Amino acid sequence: MSTIPVVATFVLGVATYAIGAGASIATWRRPVLARYICCGAALAGAALGGLVAVLGILHGTPVRWSVPSGIPLFAYSFSYDALAGFFNLILAILTIAVSIYSFGYLKEFEGRRNIGFFGFLFHLLLLSLTIVFTADNAFLFLIAWEVMALASYGLVAFYHEQRESRQAGLLYLIMAHADVGCLLLGFALLIQGSGSAEFASFHTAAAHLSSTRQSAAFVLFFLGFGIKAGVIPFHIWLPAAHPVAPSNMSALLSGIVIKTGIYGMTRIFLDSLGGVPSWAGLAVLIVGVVSAVLGVLYALMEHDLKRLLAYHSIENIGIILMGLGAALIFRVAGHPLLAGIALIAAMFHTLNHAIFKCLLFLGAGSVLHSTGTRNMEEMGGLIRPMPVTAFCFLIGAVAISGLPPLNGFVSEWLTYQSLLAGFGAISGLRRILFPLAGSMLALTGALAAACFVKAFAITFLALPRGVQSRNAHEAPRTMLIGMGWLTLACAALGLGVTWFLPVFDAMTEQLLGQRVVANLITGSGFVLSAGTPRGGTVSTAIITVGLLVLALPATLLVSRATRRFGRKHGPVWDCGLPGLSEENEYTATAFSKALRMIFSVLYKPRREIQAVFDISPYFPKEIRFESEIEPTFEKRLYAPLQEFIFRVSSRMRTIQAGSIHAYLAYIFVTLVLLLLFGVRK
Amino acid sequence: MTEVLTNSGLQLVLLLLVAPMLSGMIKTLKARLQTRRGPGVLQSYRDIIKLLRKGMVIPETASWIFSATPYLVFGTATLVGLMIPMTTTHAPFSLFGGVLAVVYLLALGRFFLALGGLDTGSSFGGLGSSREMTISAIAEPAMMLAIFTVALGANSTNLSEMAKVAVGQSWRFLAPSQMLAFAALFIVLIAETGRIPVDNPATHLELTMIHEAMVLEYSGPYLALIEWGASIKQLVLMTLLVNTFFPFGLSPDWTVRAVGVGLVFYLAKLLLLACLIVLVETTNAKLRLFRVPELLMVAFILGALALISTFLF
Repeated sequence: MSTIPVVATFVLGVATYAIGAGASIATWRRPVLARYICCGAALAGAALGGLVAVLGILHGTPVRWSVPSGIPLFAYSFSYDALAGFFNLILAILTIAVSIYSFGYLKEFEGRRNIGFFGFLFHLLLLSLTIVFTADNAFLFLIAWEVMALASYGLVAFYHEQRESRQAGLLYLIMAHADVGCLLLGFALLIQGSGSAEFASFHTAAAHLSSTRQSAAFVLFFLGFGIKAGVIPFHIWLPAAHPVAPSNMSALLSGIVIKTGIYGMTRIFLDSLGGVPSWAGLAVLIVGVVSAVLGVLYALMEHDLKRLLAYHSIENIGIILMGLGAALIFRVAGHPLLAGIALIAAMFHTLNHAIFKCLLFLGAGSVLHSTGTRNMEEMGGLIRPMPVTAFCFLIGAVAISGLPPLNGFVSEWLTYQSLLAGFGAISGLRRILFPLAGSMLALTGALAAACFVKAFAITFLALPRGVQSRNAHEAPRTMLIGMGWLTLACAALGLGVTWFLPVFDAMTEQLLGQRVVANLITGSGFVLSAGTPRGGTVSTAIITVGLLVLALPATLLVSRATRRFGRKHGPVWDCGLPGLSEENEYTATAFSKALRMIFSVLYKPRREIQAVFDISPYFPKEIRFESEIEPTFEKRLYAPLQEFIFRVSSRMRTIQAGSIHAYLAYIFVTLVLLLLFGVRK
Repeated sequence: MTEVLTNSGLQLVLLLLVAPMLSGMIKTLKARLQTRRGPGVLQSYRDIIKLLRKGMVIPETASWIFSATPYLVFGTATLVGLMIPMTTTHAPFSLFGGVLAVVYLLALGRFFLALGGLDTGSSFGGLGSSREMTISAIAEPAMMLAIFTVALGANSTNLSEMAKVAVGQSWRFLAPSQMLAFAALFIVLIAETGRIPVDNPATHLELTMIHEAMVLEYSGPYLALIEWGASIKQLVLMTLLVNTFFPFGLSPDWTVRAVGVGLVFYLAKLLLLACLIVLVETTNAKLRLFRVPELLMVAFILGALALISTFLF
C-alpha cells in the first residue's frame, strides 16, 4: 500500500488545525463566526485525524517521512506507526465529541469572552497533540510538547479574572516545566549515545548504554512523563488545573493531554530505550498502585464535581500504569505474549478512560452550564430537568466504575488477567506483588463505584438542594449529541470489544515482536479470553443479552401484578416521618463520612462545630459546621520544597545586585568557561 | 447451543427455588438455636408470593432509576448464578464469565441498589447506601485475595476450571493456604450478605441497619424482586464457598444420575455452611459500624497469609 494517502491526509489534518487557529483569532471581533470557525475546523480536523489513524493502522508497517531543517540535530521527522495511529485515534474520537459539544457550549461566551482567542488555543492544543503523537525527532517532539503545555496553560487560566484559575495556571506552568526539564536531560543522554536526535536512532544506541546511564534515562523519562500524566506524588497540579478550565477543555485535558505521558512512556520504554532496567517495571507497577488507590481515596472526599473527576484521572492513570508496569516486567523476563496482553490492557484502558472521562467532564460541563455551580451539595434532582445529560453521565459513571458490560470493565478485566498471569510467569518472592496489586485494583474499583454512586446520586437524584438546581434546564442539542457520541462509544467498546481488539495487533508486533490478539478471542468471536489455554473467559455481549433475557420474566411478573393490584405514587415513607424536605437528604459529605472515618489516618480530617446560643448550649440558635481534610502532599512535600527554593533564591539575590558591570562580567566568565570546555573536548 | 440452554434452564429453576428455601432454613435454624419456633422453612416463599400479590407505592420524589433497580438486582444475581457450578463442575455460563465477572456483576447490582436508596431523598436510604458501598469497598480486596489464592492454584479465573481442579484434589482444603482463604472468604460472605456481626437482617431499627435501610421505600412486586435477588446472591456466594473448597459430589457431566447425586451433596454442604453461619450469628453481637473495618482487615490479612502460604506449602 502506498504511503501517500497517509502522509497527505495527515498534512491536510494538521493544516486544518493551523488554519483553524489562524482563522479563529482573525475573526475574534465577530463571535458567532469565530464560534462556527473554531468548532467547524476542529470537527473537520478531527475527521481527517480519524481517517489518517484508520489508514495508518490499516497500513501495517510504520510510515516515516522527514524534511530536513538545516539546523543540526533537528529535522521535521514524522513516524506514523501503530502506536501513533492509536493515540491519534483517541484524539480524533474525543475531538469529534468536544467540537460538536462546543457549538452549543461556546454560545454563552459570545459577547462575554474572546471566542477567537479560545479557538486559537484550542486549535494550537490539537495541533501540538497531533505532532507529539507522530514526531520522530526529539527536538520536534519537545517543541510540540512545550507548545502543548503553553496552550494548556492558556486554557487552564482562561477565566483569568478568577484568582483560583490564575493560581492553578501558574502551578501547571511550573510543573510542566519541571517535566520538560527532565525530558530534556533524558533525551540528552540518548542523543549523546546515538549522535542523532531521531527516535529511530535511539533504539540501537540505547542498547550500548551503560546500565547506570540506562537507569538514569529511565528515571528521567519516568519523572518527566509521570508529572505530565499526574501520577502521585507529582499530581498536585492536576486537581487544581483541570477543574478551572472551561468544561469542554477540562474534558480534553483529562481525556487526552495527560495521556501524552502514557504515550511517552510507551514510546520510550518499549520502543526507543530498547531495554529498561529490570526493576523499572516493578517501579512503574508500584507507582501505579499508589496512584490508583490514593487517587480514588482523595476523589471520595471531594464535593466539587469537576475536582472529583480530576482525582479520578489520577486513579485511572494508576490503573494504566499497572498494566504498563506488568508489560515491562514480562518483557524483561522474556514473556512477549504476556507482555503483549498487559500492554493491550494498558492501552485499551487509556482509550476507555479517555472516552468516559471526556464524557463525564462534558456531563459536568452541562450541569455547570445549567446550574452555574460545581458544588454538588447545591445540586440534586437534575435527572428531571436534564434527563439526557443524566443518562449519559450514568453510563459514564458505570463505565468508569469498571462495571460490566461497559468498556471500563473489559480493560480492568484484562489488567486483572495479566496481573494473575504474572504470578505464574515470574519467579522469586516479588511475584507476590502481582496478586497484591490485583487486590488493590479491586479496592480501587469498589471505591470508585462508591464515589460514582455519590457523584451521580447527589447531583442527579432526589430533591434539588439549591435554587439553581431547581431552575435547571436541559443542555442545547449539540451538547447532547457530543455526549451521546461518547456514550455510544462506551457501550460499543464494551460490548464489541472482540471486534475492536485486532487494532492492537500491529502495535504489539512492532513493540514486542508478537501478535497476541488471536489468543484473546475465542467462542466464535464473542468471547474474550485471558490468553492462556485454560485461563479465564468473559463475554460482555452475552452478559448483556443474559441480563435482558433474565429481566424479561421479571418485568412480566411486575406488570401483571401492577395491572391487578395497582401502582400509585405517594409521599416518601421514610419510616413514617412526615414532612421530608431537601434539608433531610444525604449530602456528598455525609455519604463519604464513613470512609472519612475509616481512612482517617490518611485524611487527618479536621472539623469544627460552633454553636451560637443565648441561654444554654442545649438550645442553639445557629450551628456552624466546618470540615476539611489535610492536603498531605501539598503540606508535607511541596510546602517544605517551596520554602527551600525561596531560601535558595533569596541567597542568590546577592549575585543579582542590579549592576550592569557585574552582569557583563558574568557573561564574560561564562563565555570563557564554555570556550575552555569546548577546546578541551 | 441447546445443551447450554437446557442446562441454563435447569440451573435457573434450581437457583430460583433453592435460594428462598436457604433463607428460610437459616431463619428457622437460628430460631431453634434461640429456643424459638421460627417462621418455618417455607416462609420466604410465602413472603415473595405475598409481595407479588400486592400493589405498589412509588415515592413521588423517585426517578426511573428507582424502578430500574429491582430488575437489575434480580437480573445480575440470577445471571451470576448461571456462572457458578452448582451440582456439576460445569456451569452453563462459565464460558461467558468467570469469578471476576461474578464479583463485578454483583457490584453492578449493588451500584444500582445504592442509587435506588438515594433516589427517593429519604435520609435512611442515603444512610444505607453510604454504609453498603463503604463496607463492600473494604470487603473487596480481601475477597479478591482469597479468590486469587484459589484461582492461582487452578491457573484460571474460570469457575468450572477451578471446580475441575478442586475435584482432582478433594482433600486440598486441608492445606493451610486453602483454610486461610476459606476463613477470609467466610468473613466476606458474612459482610456481603448482610449478616451479624456486620449487619442485622432481622432488624428494622433504623440506626443499625444497612441493607434494609436501602430498600426501605420499596414495596410490592419490586420488593419481592429485590428480596428474591438478595437471597439468590446469598446462595451464589455460599455456593462459591462450598464448591471451590469442598468439591465433594461434583461430577463433570450433566447426566440425570450425576445431577441427582450432585444435588444431594450440594444441599447437604449448603446446610452445613448454613449451620456455621447460624452459629456465628447466634454467638456474636452486631458490631459497631466502625468496628466492621477491623473485621474486614482481619479477612484481608487472612487472604494475604493464604497467598503467602501457597509459597511455603
